Order: sequence, then C-alpha cells, then structure tokens
Amino acid sequence: MKTILTANDMTRRDALRWTALGAGGLMVGGLPARAAVRPATAKSVIQIWMWGGPAHLDTFDPKPDAGNDYTGPLNKPIETNVPGIRIGELLPILAKRADKYSILRTMTHGNNGHETASYMVQTGHKPGDGTVYPGVGAVVSLFKGYAGGYKGLLPPYIVMTKLQGRFAEAGFLGSRAKPFATGGDPAQSRFVVEGVVAEGISDQRQQARRGLMHNLNTLGQTMADDPAVVDAVKAEQAAYDLILGDAGKVFDLSQEKESLREAYGKTRFGQSCLMARRLVERGVPYITINYEGWDTHKGHFNDMRRKLPELDKGMGTLLKDLADRGLLESTIVWWGGEFGRTPKVQWEPPWNGGRNHFGKVFSHVVAGGGFKGGRVVGETNATGEEVKTRPIYVTDLITSMYDLLGIDSNAKLPHPQGLDVAVMRPDTGVAGSNKLTEIM
Amino acid sequence: MNRALLAGVAAAGLAWAAAAAEPAANPYEKNVAPQARTELDRLVLAKLEKLGIQPANICSDAVFVRRAYLDIIGTLPTGKEAWAFIQSQEPNKRTALVDVLMQRPEFTDYWTMKWDETLRVKAEFPINLWPNAVQAYHRWIFTAVRDNMPFDKFARELLTANGSNFRVGPVNFYRAVQNKEPAGLAQAAALTFLGERADKWPKDKLAAFSGFFAQIGFKSTLEWKEEFVYFNTALATNGLTQKARFPDGTPAKIGPEDDPRVVFADWLISAKNPVFARVAVNRVWTWLLGRGIVHEPDDFRADNPPSNPELLDYLAKELVKAKWDLRQIYRLILTSEVYQLSSLPKTRGAAAEANFAYYPLRKLEAEVLIDALNQITGTTEKYVSAIPEPFTYIPEDQRAIQLGDGSISSSFLEMFGRPSRDTGLWAERNSKTSADQVLHMLNSSHVQRKLEQSPKLMGLMRNATSSREIIGGLYLMILSRPPTEQEWKTIADYAQLGVAPAVAENSKGGKSGKSGKSGKFQKGGSSSKTSSGSSKGREAALDIAWSLFNSQEFLYRH
Repeated sequence: MKTILTANDMTRRDALRWTALGAGGLMVGGLPARAAVRPATAKSVIQIWMWGGPAHLDTFDPKPDAGNDYTGPLNKPIETNVPGIRIGELLPILAKRADKYSILRTMTHGNNGHETASYMVQTGHKPGDGTVYPGVGAVVSLFKGYAGGYKGLLPPYIVMTKLQGRFAEAGFLGSRAKPFATGGDPAQSRFVVEGVVAEGISDQRQQARRGLMHNLNTLGQTMADDPAVVDAVKAEQAAYDLILGDAGKVFDLSQEKESLREAYGKTRFGQSCLMARRLVERGVPYITINYEGWDTHKGHFNDMRRKLPELDKGMGTLLKDLADRGLLESTIVWWGGEFGRTPKVQWEPPWNGGRNHFGKVFSHVVAGGGFKGGRVVGETNATGEEVKTRPIYVTDLITSMYDLLGIDSNAKLPHPQGLDVAVMRPDTGVAGSNKLTEIM
Repeated sequence: MNRALLAGVAAAGLAWAAAAAEPAANPYEKNVAPQARTELDRLVLAKLEKLGIQPANICSDAVFVRRAYLDIIGTLPTGKEAWAFIQSQEPNKRTALVDVLMQRPEFTDYWTMKWDETLRVKAEFPINLWPNAVQAYHRWIFTAVRDNMPFDKFARELLTANGSNFRVGPVNFYRAVQNKEPAGLAQAAALTFLGERADKWPKDKLAAFSGFFAQIGFKSTLEWKEEFVYFNTALATNGLTQKARFPDGTPAKIGPEDDPRVVFADWLISAKNPVFARVAVNRVWTWLLGRGIVHEPDDFRADNPPSNPELLDYLAKELVKAKWDLRQIYRLILTSEVYQLSSLPKTRGAAAEANFAYYPLRKLEAEVLIDALNQITGTTEKYVSAIPEPFTYIPEDQRAIQLGDGSISSSFLEMFGRPSRDTGLWAERNSKTSADQVLHMLNSSHVQRKLEQSPKLMGLMRNATSSREIIGGLYLMILSRPPTEQEWKTIADYAQLGVAPAVAENSKGGKSGKSGKSGKFQKGGSSSKTSSGSSKGREAALDIAWSLFNSQEFLYRH
C-alpha cells in the first residue's frame, strides 16, 4: 500500500494494498494501458542518495591540474580499469570496476538550496506551478509495483534507514505512496526493522498475544462487515506475514557470508548496500539508501578521508555482487546528490577548508539495467566549475531511467483532484530532453 | 488513577451489562431509537424516513464520552473522566459534557489545528512561509479560535490584511500558496471560503475572479525573509481589476482607490451571499461527522449537490442568526440526537452513509492517536523541523495537536497520515489504514518502548491491589469503559495459556480489595502478584494493553 493507484483512492473506502492480498481493489484503475516506449531492461532501481551534495572534484570528476585551491590535498586521482577514465584517489575499489558504470559529469540545474535542489533532482520537476510531484521512487513503485506485476509481501518502495523529511517523496500521490522506512541499523548484530523485527518478543509470545488481541477486539467483531474493519483485518494479516512469516527474513543479514559482509564494510552504509541487493533479489522495484553526511562545509577533507573509503567499499562491492549474480543487467544503480560542491576550496574561517553548495555542475553515476558501463558523459572545464560539452539536465537522466524501466514518461499520473498530470512534463520539467542515448 | 476509583471499576466489571440502564447486546449502543428533539434532528430523520433508511440506535454513555472528548477536544478522556461520566446519574449529562468540553483549552488547540490545515500553515517546502511567519500566522488563528472571533470577521481579516508577515498573522493567507499570480491567489480564496476548486472553472470565470487579487503587492524588507503584503495601487495598470466579476457573474464596481480584496470580502460575507455560511457550516459538520452534507467540503459545484439541502440551509441560517458564532453551530450539532447515533448501522449503503444514518467509523488523526498513546502511557514524543531554527525547538511534553507548523513533524505523524498542508484540501489527510501503520502499532520498538517504560502503567500496577483493578484500569484508560463479561473471561483464559498466569488469577472472583484491612497495597501479597513482584504478570498486563492499542475500538472514532 505504498502506492496509490487510482485517482479517487484518497476518498475511496477501498482495500489497502502493499501485499498481494486482496489485490483486486485499487490496483490498476488509473494506470494507462499504453505500450511501453521500449522493452524494459530494468526491473529495479537502487538509489544511493548522497544526502547533502557530494563534492564532484573529490569523487568522479577530479581536476588535478587546477591547483591546490581546487584540489586541496586530494590531488592524485587514480586510473580506473577503463583506459582514459580517472577518478578520486580515495575510491580504489570503484576504480577497479569502472567498466560497470558510467559517469555523468555535466549534471546541471543551477540551484544551490538543499530543498529546491533535492526536489528537482528527485522529481525532475521545477517547483512553483502549484503541483508537488512525486519523486522517482514513488513513480517507479507505482508503475513497477503491484500494478506492474510485483507480487511480493515486501513494500515496493523501501528506504534505508530513514526518510529525508525535507521533501515529501510521494508528492501529490499522498502519504500512501510514501516509502517504507526501515529504521534501525543494518550494521548492528540484529537489523531491527521498525515494525517487522521486534526485540525481546519471542515468536511464542507474538502468537499468544495475537490470539488475545483477536479475542479482545470486541468492536471489530461486532462490526466485522464495516469496510474500515475489513481493511484493518487485511492489513493485519499482511503485517503478520512479515512479522512471523518468511518474507521478513530478508532483513536477517546473518544469512550472508561473513566475508561478503566484510567486503561491503560493516558500516550502516555498507550493510545497507548489501540489504539493497537482498531486496532486489526479492523483486522490490525501488530501494533508496539515504546516505547522510555529505554537506561538508567545514573540515571537508577530513570528512572525505573518513567517508569516501566507506562509500568505495559499499558501492564497489554492490556493483560486483550484483554483476556476479546476474542482477546488474536488470538493476539500475543510481548514485548522486542534490548538487555538487564548490570546486574552489574555501580556506578562510570559519570553513577552514570547506566546500559549499554547487548546482551549476556536478556528477552523477549510473550503472546497470541497460545503462552501459565504462563511459563518461559530458565534460567540464579545467576547474570543474562550468559545463564544457553536453549539459545533462535532470529530466534527461530521469526520462532515460524511465525508458529503461519501460515507464512511459507521457503516461498520466493519478491525481487526487483529477488534474491532467503526466509523469514528466517538458514544460515544467527541469530543462532538457536529451536522453542519455550515449550509454543506452 | 486512585484506589477508590480502581476498586469501583473492578467491582462494577462483572455486573457491567446488568447494571446498564437499558441492557444491550453490546457495550456500544442503547436499545433506544433517536427522536426528533431539535430541528436538526427533524431534518435528518425526516430525510431518512423518506428514503426508507432506519437510523442506528443511540450510542451508550461509554461511547458518548469517548466520542465527545475525541471530537470536541481531540483528546482521549482519562480513565477517571470516563468513569465519572459513565457513573453520573445527571439527566442532561451529555449536553452538560459538551458545554464543559467546549470551554477546555484543548478545544482551541484542536480546532486551531484544523484551521491550520485548511489555511496551509507550514514553514517549509512547498509553502515556504518561513518559521517566524508561521508563528505569527498560527498565533493569529489560535487567538481567533480561542476568543471565538465571528467567522465573517475571521474571513475578512484573512482576505484583506496588510502588513509584515512576521507581525500581522493573517497576511500570510496570500503567502501560503505556491502560485502567487492573481489566478493562484484567487484559487486559494475560492477553495477556502467558497469551497470551490477554481482550477476546474471555465477559464474566463477564473480570469474575471482573479481581478480581485490583481493588486496584492509583496515587498521584502531588510530583515531576512520578512515580507510585506499590501494593496499595491501601482498594479492597477495590469487591467485585471477593471474586469473583475464575482463568482456569480455580477461585475464588480471597483474605484481606483478601492482595494479590490475589500470589495470581494464585503461581497463574500454579505447577507446576500448564502454560499459563504453554507461552506462554513458544512466544514464544521464534516469535521464532526466525518462526511459533509456537501462532500467533500471543498468541492461545492452544481453537479455535486448537498445530500440534504434543507439541513444545509438550516445550519447556514442559524450561523447568520448567531452573528457568525461558529461555536453555536458546534453546539447545535453536538447536542443533537443525530450526533449521538451509534456506529452500528441498521441500514448500510451509500444512501445511509450520505444521509447520516449512523456515526461512521473513522481512524483517529495521527496527532490525536500519538497524544492518546502518550497520555495513556505517560510518555512523550520528539518533534523536529528539518530546518534547525532556534525558535522551532519543541519542548519534550509538546502535544501533537498543538504543533503549529506543518513542517514540524515526526515519522509517526507522517506514517499515520498527517496532511502535508500543501493544498488545504480536506482529503489531504489520509484516513485509510495501511499495512505499515498496522506493523508499527503491532510490532515497533516505538510503541513497545512506550508500553514497557510507561510510568503510568507501572503506577497502575503498583497501586492496584488485584488483577481485576489493573484490568479495569487499563480498559478505562485505553477504551474509556470497563470490560464486558466476555472480555473478563477472555483474559482469564489467556492466563490459562500459561503465558501469563498472574494477571488473571482472580479475575473471576467477585469483589476486589482483598489486599488488607486498610485497603492499602501490600507488596507481594497473595492477591497482588500482578504488581512489580511478578514479571509474568507485568508482561501479561502489557499484552492486554497492547491488544487494546491494536483494537479497532481504540484506533477508530466510533
């Protein structure tokens, strides 16, 4: 039930959905039966959201010749396994896997505010026309979720481990299209997924108290035919399938080999990447890892030395693991944040070697699901401050992903007030309509 | 809860059904059909009779006390309050309760929250009012609700105020929109006060109506994010004002010195315009009864007629007669027989629902639910704003219904359908049950922690002298009524399972108060193993509380 599938869903007393149970009710209703633009190559998306905006110069667009005022101490980029492509020196594992991904070096929208930039990058729309659009995750889980044939018990849109808060992922689709946020920490010995895994309650007590709850539900029994009660009973059944059934076991990371867990890194981010692979294996169409800590205004280079190795292990291992299991072909991995960071280092106090917000040009990375690897799209100038060739607008990237997923960007979205709103609208989109044909 | 009260509940428990004035098959209704005592009742019941729909019975006292608290002040009655009402022999106790509740401070909190939603009070994206402005706007609404500002004045001030967004609260009405073009401002005014979705109007109608909003100026100051909203005569040159027409098609006469907003506001609230009062009373009716006479309350249009036009007209005229005192409309509704109908329908179906043949089950709002959980368990909740401004710091014991800013929230509020306040639409609040909400109530560490670390429940267990008192106390605190005979038996059977022997050991015994001559609690006494002395007993009591938290009776208004 993370998805709303019909326009009048908000007011209908209809069955809820998240699980295959009672799938008849509100499934497809408003979705167009149009043929997809092209055969879908991607089934799932793993979005690594670099919350706060990562520095493009220190990751995927190094500028060693720009001088110390631009590079800071990170001035020795490394060769990758693709001749001619160099990336930041703190990403050695990703350097060995550059054949698996493509770097988009000329992303641009020009906005330096977290909120507005996040909204634009995650929806592909400019704010201000009175409509708050759903993010890519809500759209993908709408089309690729239960309406698109997904039958899993797990919600079709899962966020690890917490929501961003600043920005409503679901937009006008409303709170029912919001992702399921796991909470907890997958790097702990037990990943306590909020609502699914409870600490200190044995299965026996779970069973017993469930019986007690049913027997004490006097109003529910008295009004068993009320639509609200029918909904609640279905939702409860679905919930227990996760709590006590096999579906919830996906969150038990102890089922993985210790060596693999180590390779991902025993960090919140590393284990979230591993978790994402397990969710993809179970067909979950959209998984977001909200990776915090990239808004590095002060002490930027210390943060890079601490965080980039963590990113390198997690993402580097994820790409290999997906490829080894034959999942990369059908899974888009999308890396990036709301903007990049100022190429010119702010050495003065209070920043003392910091980088500020930079929406004029920044890097994103895509892999798998039909995107070719080993390529660079777009070129920036010598300091990484300007687009030199091939600006890439957010719409270019998002419509390309929708193409690979078989989602028609002109399809209508179900709008609660019945407004005629398409998935992507050229007139309100964040400029541009040049899909990433170079790497598709 | 005090000792005497607990003992009383325990004693009353077994004889609950028998003791009730009119024995009924369930604890939710009286075996009494509604009577047409007021004009409102007459209008609703006559319509039902005409349609051949039988209305539900009158609800029980236990249902009424819970319903009245939740509906009037968005707050669960305490066990003590519920029990006092149930026990009371006063003949007019229902009306008396309505009057008392309408004087409570939570009345202001709760109804300010409803208006905050309708008026889009939110600091951040996409409304972007900014925290200082939100404080001014919220505070103005709060004061208007508290002091019972006449509704015509309320609307007029929102529509015509001039000044700083930080100092003059109502000017934020025109700032709390995403589209500040005249058409966008016109749509906000139409939605709020005419209950109409002007984006669906014919283009020329909207254009003509936009003329009233074509001379609103916005001007920033030297203070960060301060903005003045004012009547900007310089904008007269845009030509829109001269073409302004009222929504009914009448051309407006606006002189060069006239603020077009004032011309519109005076037309809106004049006695010649019946729409304004209808929209207002319909909102209140929807809030109290879960469904509008025109439904949804912000979708007035020719092809969406009221289900009972006479009822709508009657209430609207009463509002004008009461000099726009909305509280009188609340009282009219809340003291009617129609409001007291039980939620157990005698007739189902769309017509019964649209004509108010029963009180519909409705999920508690996210804010009301978390406040209720906190009240029962004696715990608190953390609310945060994504923007760490010093003035958005939230004290630990803040109640969710008092949160003035839609940008200050918690994951619980988001999950349980708190509206985003992006549009002001009634339907923005999600009233459906979802599996993640159910998972959260059943199995989250959040709710489990509230139970296990609850000072209130621990206090109850410490002070009670028998398991009967604990169970009776839990029922009153959570469901606002004592257990039924069947429920006592279920709990005794649960003990037989061996999961939790102590809690129900003497739940079949009659009277309580075995614990000693003085009636004082004796730790470890033979009849009080349920207290801190027995962890099994404690666990069982928590399982009962947990079961009740997950019952529809707790989670829904009924």
